[in-house]
Amino acid sequence: MSILIGRETRLLVQGVTGREGEFHSRSMVEYGTAVVAGVTPGKGGQSAIDGRVPVFDTVFEAVTQTGADTSCIFVPAAGAPDAVMEAVSAGIRTIFCITEGIPALDMVPVVAMVRAAGATLIGPNCPGATSPGRAKVGIIPGSVHREGRVGVVSRSGTLTYEAVQAMSDAGLGQSTCVGIGGDPIIGTTFTEVLERFAGDPETDAIVLIGEIGGAAEEHAAAWAAEHLADVPKVAFIAGRTAPEGKRMGHAGAIISGGAGTAASKVEALEAAGFRVAGSPTELPGLLRDAGYRG
Amino acid sequence: MKIQEADAKDLLLGQGLPVPGWTVARTPAEARTSAEHWLAEGASQVVIKAQVLVGGRGKAGGVKLAGSAEEAEQVAGRILGMDIKGIPVRKVLVAAAAEIVREYYLGAVLDRAGRRILLMGSAEGGVDIEQVAVDHPEAITSLHADPYLGLLDHQARHLAFAMGLGAHWKAGAAVAKGLVQTMLANDADLVEINPLAVVREAAPDGASTERLVCLDAKITLDESALARHPGLDALRDPDEEDPIDREAREAGISFIKLHGTIGCMVNGAGLAMTTMDLIKRAGGEPANFLDIGGGARADKVAAAMRLILTDPKVDAILVNIFGGITRGDEVARGLIEARAQQTRSVPMVVRIVGTNATEADGLLREARFETAASLDEAAAKAVAASAGSDGSAGMPA
Repeated sequence: MSILIGRETRLLVQGVTGREGEFHSRSMVEYGTAVVAGVTPGKGGQSAIDGRVPVFDTVFEAVTQTGADTSCIFVPAAGAPDAVMEAVSAGIRTIFCITEGIPALDMVPVVAMVRAAGATLIGPNCPGATSPGRAKVGIIPGSVHREGRVGVVSRSGTLTYEAVQAMSDAGLGQSTCVGIGGDPIIGTTFTEVLERFAGDPETDAIVLIGEIGGAAEEHAAAWAAEHLADVPKVAFIAGRTAPEGKRMGHAGAIISGGAGTAASKVEALEAAGFRVAGSPTELPGLLRDAGYRG
Repeated sequence: MKIQEADAKDLLLGQGLPVPGWTVARTPAEARTSAEHWLAEGASQVVIKAQVLVGGRGKAGGVKLAGSAEEAEQVAGRILGMDIKGIPVRKVLVAAAAEIVREYYLGAVLDRAGRRILLMGSAEGGVDIEQVAVDHPEAITSLHADPYLGLLDHQARHLAFAMGLGAHWKAGAAVAKGLVQTMLANDADLVEINPLAVVREAAPDGASTERLVCLDAKITLDESALARHPGLDALRDPDEEDPIDREAREAGISFIKLHGTIGCMVNGAGLAMTTMDLIKRAGGEPANFLDIGGGARADKVAAAMRLILTDPKVDAILVNIFGGITRGDEVARGLIEARAQQTRSVPMVVRIVGTNATEADGLLREARFETAASLDEAAAKAVAASAGSDGSAGMPA
């Protein structure tokens, strides 16, 4: 097993014929992901990726004809919220939205709709997920991974690659690596990914990669303290030296209630039993120190 | 993107919210004319407020009253010469001074954790609301707007009653709904009224009436949505945007100038912050945060290099690229071109991994760039190359 995606995943790519969609679909196919369909309105009946992926006009048709159960969205920002809703309406259960630059308020009703339908949205503005040796959905370079039993969850893009590469170089493979996305409104939080790792018999340790801003890392730490007490876990927080950034007026400070700084996040994570690294390269050593023998 | 109070008030008026009139003055003489206008309208005093995009202008002396046009000119002259938190005041807002009966706080913000619009109201307005949140959180009432329908009528009423608006509850509920409308119409992530106030005004018959008005307004706009609001992009204040920030924005580069000596060029915000953290850890000081974004090509790399080198304190540069969407060889070619055009020579340490890193490595070696395999090594080399770093703080074991 793994979380979110695995060998059984039947992937549909929305925006498969665009520049990014084409490039990354090819890399997903090469990684061994079952890319069963693509959707580009107006290009139904054609095929993509050297004839290997049939293209449909609508997600509904693609799902009906190929049994796709997971979608990866590369549609430009103006159309991406609707693409997510189209996937949900067609019965797709797990949706990865890679698109960046979606106006935040557009995602409020979309996220509510996804959750009401019981589906899962990862992102937007995320790099996707990889279950090494099984499937890769999104844009994380396949070369950074190694098969194993460590679950990785991150808010960043390239920093995730950096941390995963450090793990793989040290011989620590991953069960699934998930990038949840850096936008204000995202479909799935750190805590919700940790819940899935907690229920995955093939994940034995946790790596959490956070950054300054918001309170999501603090929430995840509190949850982990209670539910992942005996699991070896390490974390890295980017932005320890960043100057105080943009504050969202008084209201932003009120809702974060003092959370959001690197110090607050490190303190919360350490109190919850995470070992917090000073550099991504220290993550593997700290995981060993925490008792991980995988 | 932050916008000035006067522009924020325009957006509130656009949604039909009660905002007393104002004028904007750029010189003491203009402030005098404005004051004459408001005094002729029956005001006993005028308020003169610095227009700057930073908080705490009242405490900094940027908000003053004046009882005559002459005094307004003098006061405006002082405020227009001020620096508030490093930002020179170039404009003031002039309005009739309100006779305030009671002040409230009302704000609407995009709540990340709740994934909805959060409304917050309090009877403790006009003072430091952040302190109220810490000392008396129970004095703030908050609720989430419906994700599909916005703020519902009964929610707006609930908020108005909980804030203790009393006889003004209908007006308060309308303002609450108007704040959410203002957010949705303009893609704002924050709309804040502090104070929302009950003011006493002279009625035409000489008697006095009370009404609820928005005396101040703070709005921040979602940068991702500006493309569909062409009018709002024009509200970006050219007076307060540094020319370097403008060049960065126009090139699609996230750039924040800092105070150190080591320039950074990185792809991805999280990795850029990590690169800064590791420079600091190796005993150096980063000169900037710079994220060239995904898929950057040679021209963007050259623009990033120009931005870094505008800072005379930069005496070393660290380039850290983890290729995914970004291709390492594209960045390497950009670096080689940029170095050829460089007007001053600064030592550079380059680390490129991920997509097309092998090709990048070949190009960089041929061009005799200093390279590094890991980020830790790159940070250590950059710190060693920078004379401005003390170099004494090594990597902790």
